[in-house]
Amino acid sequence: MKREDAINLVLLLALLATPFIAQAMGETFTVTLVTRITILALAAVGLNIALGLGGLVSFGHAAFFGIGGYAAGILASHAMSGEPMLFGFEGSNQMPVVWLAAAIAAGVVSLAIGAISLRTSGVYFIMITLAFAQMVYYFAISWPAYGGEDGLSIVLRNAFPGVNTMRPMEFFLVCFGVLLAALIFSALLRSSRFGAALQAVRQNEVRVASIGISPMPIRLTAFVLSAMITAVAGALYADLNRFVSPSMLSWHMSGELIVLIILGGTGRLMAPVAGAALFVVLEFWLGGITERWQFFLGLILLATVLFARGGVIGLLAGKERHG
Amino acid sequence: MAEPVLAIRDLRKSFGALKATDGVSIDLYPGEIHALIGPNGAGKSTLIHQICGTLRQDSGQIRLAGQEIGTRTVAERARLGLGRTFQISSLAGEFSALRNVMLAVQAGQGSSFRFFKPVMHDRALTEAAMERLERVGLAARAHVPASELSHGEKRQLEIAIALALDVKAFLLDEPMAGMGPEGSKVLTGFLDRLRQEAPILLVEHDMDAVFALADRISVLVYGRVIATGTVDEIRNDPAVRTAYLGDHA
Repeated sequence: MKREDAINLVLLLALLATPFIAQAMGETFTVTLVTRITILALAAVGLNIALGLGGLVSFGHAAFFGIGGYAAGILASHAMSGEPMLFGFEGSNQMPVVWLAAAIAAGVVSLAIGAISLRTSGVYFIMITLAFAQMVYYFAISWPAYGGEDGLSIVLRNAFPGVNTMRPMEFFLVCFGVLLAALIFSALLRSSRFGAALQAVRQNEVRVASIGISPMPIRLTAFVLSAMITAVAGALYADLNRFVSPSMLSWHMSGELIVLIILGGTGRLMAPVAGAALFVVLEFWLGGITERWQFFLGLILLATVLFARGGVIGLLAGKERHG
Repeated sequence: MAEPVLAIRDLRKSFGALKATDGVSIDLYPGEIHALIGPNGAGKSTLIHQICGTLRQDSGQIRLAGQEIGTRTVAERARLGLGRTFQISSLAGEFSALRNVMLAVQAGQGSSFRFFKPVMHDRALTEAAMERLERVGLAARAHVPASELSHGEKRQLEIAIALALDVKAFLLDEPMAGMGPEGSKVLTGFLDRLRQEAPILLVEHDMDAVFALADRISVLVYGRVIATGTVDEIRNDPAVRTAYLGDHA
């Protein structure tokens, strides 16, 4: 087993074991904290496909995270009130249905956003993805049907067959299962033909075109897959808080996801998990000491970018090697 | 004579008042190395860019194996069999030499939308790539990242990549640049064998290599082809001597 694989396994087991230990010690709040880590990691697994593998610095992934959140909130509210929505569909409180809806909605929106913004690159791409996300943000604020600025409450967490999702531990296990599935998908993707083409497009776009692979369809596919995974995370995040508001769509959220990945180690398989864990622990621990914890987060981010480009995974496992 | 593999007809491209390509016509026949030479600023790069599709010509045609490619994208031209190798940049510097060639094999098969099967377990890719590396003598360095290869090895890798694609015509942009005399000699021998795979349009500054390899030479000056002919014809052409060769010939 390669060193990075071993480290990845240890990280995953630690993530899985912590809530059980906390539960046994009666620290129920820690279970929620770890669930938050798991969901943010899932969102970042999505972004990491675009940002890490494809080099697409999307500053608009909050849009997809929020779309997932609103999919959960809206479907749940219709299921609750029995009021039909589109085409007489009465909403749903079943998580698999909600996830599917979240992924499809984000998929359609990201296809449109990607088709336009992928014509640009560099700073323009960053700005145009930000602009689209802000459009979605202001749309949510000004849409009174689903709470507008106040957001939308989810009275009961959406259900998963055979699981009581209102129990923190069981909800955590659902989230962990989804994260695991997404990580397996991400691992397969990066070693597949598509992954090879995507990573090559990041390294040298012109050269890849000159051997007959068109960069645009490769990038667009990666962008859409990335958005769909992030949207499922958004749906879970709404269920975790039993609340969705426009703040899930704000550019702070997009920034946070990028920060997670940089802290974890851009492009590395487990960067989202390592980064999310570090971020949430810092937020909780530093946030308990000082209200200005983000100042210290900034220092850590600066140190990472200057001295430890590979992030946490890079420090632990060394430089990335491609077979 | 046979049909040309690559036929460029009356190609024109202006930047404002500057005629960078001014009615260029060049034919590349099966089995030949056709060298394109000219002083700096003659428009060689502009011409290469138009042939491979990174620049669009104002008028004129480019035909590859009988098909018009002048309006197609870079990737489409490559799929139709235009093999271009680059002066400096690697395909994917972070990847090993083997994975670079595997990517080219994958491109040649036209199948990049496969999401689950790990490429390193895909023997259709690894074996084909390894075979190409052996042919250019780079097999021993297969697992070295492309960015860590020496200058000469990068060139060999470029050729291995070209061999992995189903190339009908090669476009080699200064393959000798930055090579020592020894490396230059090895590569000259190699290009001589490469022409059996597909004809080569060679842009090159190294006159020794050009005179040793080329079947025909076209001389480009101020965007025009002022002469096309065999090595001897070009050496003895008075217009070429004044315009370009100077004391080289």
